[in-house]
Amino acid sequence: MTQTQFTIKALAEALSNGKVSSVELTKEAINAARGDTNNCFISLSEEHALQQAHDADVQIRNKASSFLTGIPMAHKDIFCTKHSTTTCGSKMLENFAAPYDATVVRKLDDAGMVCIGKTNMDEFAMGSSNESSFFGAVHHPWDSDYVPGGSSGGSAAAVAKGYVPFATGTDTGGSIRQPSAFCGVTGLKPTYGSISRFGMVAFASSLDQAGPIGLSALDLAHSFAFMAGFDKRDSTCAKRRDDWLDRIKSEGFTPGHSPKKIGLPRGRIFNEISYQNAFETARRQLESSGHSFVEVDLPNLEHAVPVYYVLASAEASTNLARYDGVRFGHRCNDPRSLEDLYRRSRSEGFGEEVKRRILTGTYTLSVGYFDDYYVKAQKIRRKISDDFTATFSKVDALMLPTTPDTAFKLGSLNDDPVSMYQQDLFTVPASLAGIPALSIPCGFHNDLPVGLQLIGPANSEKTILEIACEYQKNTTWHLARPHSNSVLEKF
Amino acid sequence: MIGLEVHVQLATTSKIFSGASNEYGSLANENTCEIDLGLPGSLPVLNEKAVEMAVKFGCAISAEINEISIFDRKNYFYPDLPKGYQISQFENPIVGRGSIKITDEAGATKIIGITRAHLEEDAGKSIHDLFQGRTAVDLNRTGTPLLEIVSEPDIRSAREASEYFKQIHNLATFIGICDGNLSEGSMRCDANVSVRQKGDSLLGERTEIKNINSFKFVERAIELEIERQIDVLEDGGEIVRETRLFDPDKDETRSMRSKELSEDYRYFPDPDLLPLVLSREEIEKIKSELPELPQQREKNYQSRFGLSGYDSKQLSVDRSKSDFFEELAKASGLPKLSANWVNSNLSSLLNEKGLGFDQTPILPSLLAEILIRIDDGTISSTSGKKLFRAFCETPPEIPEIDDRIDEMGLRQIGGTDGLKDIVLDILKEHPTQLAELLKGKQKVLGFLVGQVMKKTKGAANPKEVNEIIQGEIKKG
Repeated sequence: MTQTQFTIKALAEALSNGKVSSVELTKEAINAARGDTNNCFISLSEEHALQQAHDADVQIRNKASSFLTGIPMAHKDIFCTKHSTTTCGSKMLENFAAPYDATVVRKLDDAGMVCIGKTNMDEFAMGSSNESSFFGAVHHPWDSDYVPGGSSGGSAAAVAKGYVPFATGTDTGGSIRQPSAFCGVTGLKPTYGSISRFGMVAFASSLDQAGPIGLSALDLAHSFAFMAGFDKRDSTCAKRRDDWLDRIKSEGFTPGHSPKKIGLPRGRIFNEISYQNAFETARRQLESSGHSFVEVDLPNLEHAVPVYYVLASAEASTNLARYDGVRFGHRCNDPRSLEDLYRRSRSEGFGEEVKRRILTGTYTLSVGYFDDYYVKAQKIRRKISDDFTATFSKVDALMLPTTPDTAFKLGSLNDDPVSMYQQDLFTVPASLAGIPALSIPCGFHNDLPVGLQLIGPANSEKTILEIACEYQKNTTWHLARPHSNSVLEKF
Repeated sequence: MIGLEVHVQLATTSKIFSGASNEYGSLANENTCEIDLGLPGSLPVLNEKAVEMAVKFGCAISAEINEISIFDRKNYFYPDLPKGYQISQFENPIVGRGSIKITDEAGATKIIGITRAHLEEDAGKSIHDLFQGRTAVDLNRTGTPLLEIVSEPDIRSAREASEYFKQIHNLATFIGICDGNLSEGSMRCDANVSVRQKGDSLLGERTEIKNINSFKFVERAIELEIERQIDVLEDGGEIVRETRLFDPDKDETRSMRSKELSEDYRYFPDPDLLPLVLSREEIEKIKSELPELPQQREKNYQSRFGLSGYDSKQLSVDRSKSDFFEELAKASGLPKLSANWVNSNLSSLLNEKGLGFDQTPILPSLLAEILIRIDDGTISSTSGKKLFRAFCETPPEIPEIDDRIDEMGLRQIGGTDGLKDIVLDILKEHPTQLAELLKGKQKVLGFLVGQVMKKTKGAANPKEVNEIIQGEIKKG
């Protein structure tokens, strides 16, 4: 069997042909996940999954299934689920059981997907290495001495290891794209507001966006179609008219391929990436299939990282104020006073990185600093957004590296938060502008996967997914698997 | 100088950012959902009704309504504040500058400027006296929509402040955005008070008295605070900017916290809520749906119906009362009689029964029929009152009214020879009084009319009796 058979597309065919049942698939996926040594999962929920799989098999038999029915998947542990805890990678929420499902969870349940468990992540999605998780670091699927990237590192690694063909992630400044690039899988951060944030534990509300992580751009198109859509429970969720997404749900995605004009930003920061060769080869590949390239300027791009850290930390500092030990979450033993309850519950419940960001955010919102940091950062955010708008009047999409380098060794950046933050150099700009961006594997450097990023104007997921689908039709980087231990391969 | 911040709880069915019930008096923490509890992943969704009510108020005080307003987070930790921040409006409130008229101590009309009014969510309640040594938290009030109305420091006395608070109360209940129940906390106010020497142009340092929930208390709290500040200054002391609490039992204000200056709420726009955008059309639509307001009604009652200032005011404070009066006046064509009846007979009946004007046991159309019959002499005023009481118990159909009058024997003996005979009898029976009357002593007229009324058991029309007697006298 060839590697392509791990994909949603292949599994959906196997399920509808009766070659395999969802219960069989699910059992194998759970067994494999149980044997995982990379720490991809925070919790597995066998009973719930088998019930879903059983229901899915009935639907498939009754021809009442969707494209995703019966396919095992995993949710990043940031999405609230009624059937299990939702920890957000934090001691603070170690035992938190939400009384509701996130909209994304409900939508994928409705589509018939089978959730086998919740994936590991950086605490409250704050991190680029998955080392800030209270439940321990996730190890890189290709080399366990390395980090898988973060914050959706558990999801990216679980997909790379083949436990599930698809997992959800969230991306605030690169948390889907960067781990996807590190782990050699494909990940999409959609336009801000495409997918409801209801039930997704907030980090930085104006940047947080859910998205799919999978093995191919084609699979992402299919899962994105089921995840997206207006939700009245999220005021920032957009009422988009996406006929193509509705069509995917009924007919599947048939990517078109028209030649596109792709912009290549120039500047110092782009010359410093370590995998120039892989990136250049990918560019030529796209050129050979008819796309043209032009160099473009995005003058404010180099300010993106500091702007991002000011804004995201500011929002995080107040989003995380609710974890006070009063109603839910970690509560210290025998508080002596209200002050003591707050102080110790939060000191004990939050990890270092989360505390660092709460402090930063509290500082930048304070009287006397607000104008110099928060207000100024908002102005630059607008400028970055304007840069993109101007550029997209000339090109259909932009191609950037996803990360400056390959995955780094576990522990190597722990004492150097600023270098850690620089990991987000190429992913943060699209987050600040709220525009869609995806990362696809484009080769290897030092035996580790690397990715390229395609960015489009708001609501242009179709364009960048089509370019990516075509690239993946002509290349096999996305099919490379770390070890042949995937059980899904059996089918 | 005094400025008031009035917090008006809006009478919406659900909360400002969640679908949970906004009812008062439920079991502790019953009216809460994931949004009110601030559970992870929950998001606020703005209640359009609350917006509509805020705009209504803005239009009622002729204020600028901002087409774009922004919700901000006000950050502070407190157990009854589940999210660790309150969603409020800071720099861009929904309602801008407006004003309201009050009557000052000299009886003149005074305009009090309103700086702004903004939407925000109420916090929960911390209950300190339920469990020994512990604080209980009830989050039912969390997320109750509040309109905070901030006045200019235009108020000059404690009485004016109470008058202003009353006006806001009247207006808010009149336009139906608040149930006005002060004892349930539906309206509370904070008073900012400062004093200065006459002629001094600089403002004195101010203090803020928090959470006052009655007209009387506002007046008293401010009186006490003014006295206290003057005492401090006269003793050579200094006023410290601080938050104070009014204790009606001890009849004093006392310091709550004095770190007001160092409090940093770190306001910033709530990224979970988009800017609130209202179109001109939406604002105009809400404006057009506003009822005619009390002060306008008061004016109309004087000019159109010739009612006294006092009666007009009495009739226009309460929306249902005013509406009832207008319907009654229209149906009967007798505005003055209607005004008297609404202010006296109907008011006292409702008082007895503990009912409001929205629960009257008689329809204005039926009461109008009674008034018409009083006016045309079919029944006397006294009979009218009896009929009114009876109709409140068992209302008749309109065609049955006259039968009921006859059944009850209330039809007035009027204009007929019957009444004239009775009058002549009475005159014969009281020759002394008649002689005095003929000498011009008008005093005895009342006595004689009274005798006729007694004899007819109130069924005669006194006016008519009067006329008959006068007629007889002229004849000699």
